[in-house]
Amino acid sequence: MGILEVKNVGKRFGGLQALSNVELSVKENTCHAIIGPNGAGKSTLLNCFVGKLMPDTGSVMFDGQSVLGRTPYEINQMGISRVFQTPEIFGDLNVLENMMIPIFAKRDGAFRMHAFENMLDERDVVEKAEHMLEEMGMADARNDHAASMSRGNKRRLEIAMCLSQDPRLLLLDEPTAGMARADTNNTIDLLKQIKEERDITIAIIEHDMHVVFSLADRITVLAQGTPLVEDDPENIKGHPKVREAYLGETQAV
Amino acid sequence: MLGLNKKDTTLFWIVAAMSLLAPFILNPFPEGSSLAQMFNAGYPDLMQRFVIFGILVIGFNILFGLTGYLSFGHAAFLGIGSYSAVWMFKLVGMNVIPAILLAMIVSGVFALLIGYVSLRRSGIYFSILTLAIAQMCYNLAYSVLGNPASSYNLTNGETGLQLSLDDARIFGESVTADGALPVTNFFGLAMRSSYKMDVGGWLFTFNAGYYFSAIIMLISFYVSIRIFRSPFGMMLRAVKSNQQRMNYTGLNTRPYILAAFVISGIYAGLAGGLLSSMDPLAGAERMHWTASGEIVIMAILGGVGTLVGPVIGAGFNEYFKNILSKINDSVLHDWLAFMPDGIENLMVGFLHYFVGKGWHLTLGIMFMLVIIFLPGGLVEGGQRIAKKFGRKKKSDETSTTPAE
Ligand SMILES: Nc1ncnc2c1ncn2[C@@H]1O[C@H](COP(=O)(O)OP(=O)(O)O)[C@@H](O)[C@H]1O
Ligand SMILES: [Mg+2]
Repeated sequence: MGILEVKNVGKRFGGLQALSNVELSVKENTCHAIIGPNGAGKSTLLNCFVGKLMPDTGSVMFDGQSVLGRTPYEINQMGISRVFQTPEIFGDLNVLENMMIPIFAKRDGAFRMHAFENMLDERDVVEKAEHMLEEMGMADARNDHAASMSRGNKRRLEIAMCLSQDPRLLLLDEPTAGMARADTNNTIDLLKQIKEERDITIAIIEHDMHVVFSLADRITVLAQGTPLVEDDPENIKGHPKVREAYLGETQAV
Repeated sequence: MLGLNKKDTTLFWIVAAMSLLAPFILNPFPEGSSLAQMFNAGYPDLMQRFVIFGILVIGFNILFGLTGYLSFGHAAFLGIGSYSAVWMFKLVGMNVIPAILLAMIVSGVFALLIGYVSLRRSGIYFSILTLAIAQMCYNLAYSVLGNPASSYNLTNGETGLQLSLDDARIFGESVTADGALPVTNFFGLAMRSSYKMDVGGWLFTFNAGYYFSAIIMLISFYVSIRIFRSPFGMMLRAVKSNQQRMNYTGLNTRPYILAAFVISGIYAGLAGGLLSSMDPLAGAERMHWTASGEIVIMAILGGVGTLVGPVIGAGFNEYFKNILSKINDSVLHDWLAFMPDGIENLMVGFLHYFVGKGWHLTLGIMFMLVIIFLPGGLVEGGQRIAKKFGRKKKSDETSTTPAE
């Protein structure tokens, strides 16, 4: 049994069958990549895991519990954190504050009226946030305005925010899309490091083959809304069906 | 001090000193001089308005400044607070404390209901919903619930709700010994009582109602600083910044925004209760949409999302409204007497539209200038001036400063 079990998921947008019969099992403490050509339904599938979309058919179980019908914040509280295709951070807040919010959310739950508690008395949260920034090599940026950071650093901050909650499952939607090569490499290194140092399951959607083959333990290829194959990276590379559906296309690009 | 960091403590004491010394600061010109007539603002009812509207805008800023949700119906809570307080004076007694407490409770309940409904939407739709609901409250107060002939006359319609000699006032007297209406008081201290101090040509008035309101304003200001600096305040700023990220970080944004809405509604109710405590008369016009618009204008004038902005915005607005409306044609003729007659008449004819009853026009222009040149409000103006003079930013209290 995987930590994330997806059975027979289907989703239709008007006349378009975006997903059909999707079966997926993500094993605990592995990095599972979902690849496929543009429009294959990768983001749609991921949105079904986090409460953004409700599939028409099938089930999505996280650690034995269904996530369907729950709101994004409830699903996060179950232990799933999500990184977006374009970094979603709190641009108007400073970096340290960005780090503190997920820590508060993890400690205090979805809502708490801590209107008269003083930030100065929240030493443990501040310390944890600072520690996390240090671990990510962002300690110097502590007081920076988050919106003013480079895209690579925003991504790094977003990942750090997700990790600070000690999620059991980290979902990443094309974390390197639109990034310069240097930022991409930084992100790969960061994810590798996370994988090695933490007990965490990662499910990643990625277009960049370099990223996929450097990280993934297991790969599912999605084409036209259905899984084509699921296998280990070395087998995927040579798989004729995959070449046809996907790799040929990217090599042409 | 009391959980405030050093910078906020300084800011608090500056505001405290200014409010407590207001009778001096606002009366810089000797009594009876023409400058005094025009520019002195140290009389009780005007000073009371400064601090009471300060409270109103401080509360509004907790919603609009922190979460970015622009309520266009906040005057409804001001009106609800005013009516509640007058009812307390009619039924229970003339002490202002129970009246103010009831005003806060009733407006808090209304804010909970109105907030619950309007927060189903965000952005412009939220603003429109609050505007519509507030305008509904206005109409209810003005006609439906204010028909003197009906037995459900809660607001006394057009005339406004006021005290009468046959009110119950179970914990007080309906009529005083000499047959007059009793006056509002704080455990015996009449709100309208004043102490006048004559120094040389100057006359300073220390009014009980003003000091009572000023102290409540300072408490409200302190509470708002605490909220701004609390984890809750940080969550509200996060709402403004990125609700999607909040949701995917495990936070339910709705109750945060609703809580901010209710807090700001209670502030508005408190302000309404104080207005009635100073003058026990409540009219529906207090809830009119133009009154709601004025709250927004005061907040933006002062500086949205800053700590002192609301106080400055409210003071600025009330002060200029007062001065501008006092300037009439004969004052203009006095001022422009040095010009040749023809030009003088022309100028007076032109300026006529900007003063007296035309004060809206001038305030509107000032508002436009502030928005265009100082998007951060008058607080930003102050900061720029402070920077120009090379001083360390003294009252820098923008919400973007880190939390400690
Ligand atoms: N909310 C939506 N409404 C309608 N069509 C959608 C929606 N989201 C995605 N689609 C369509 O579903 C298909 C799969 O999209 P997506 O999951 O974003 O693909 P991928 O992430 O693999 O590139 C695309 O054809 C897309 O246009
Ligand atoms: Mg996508």
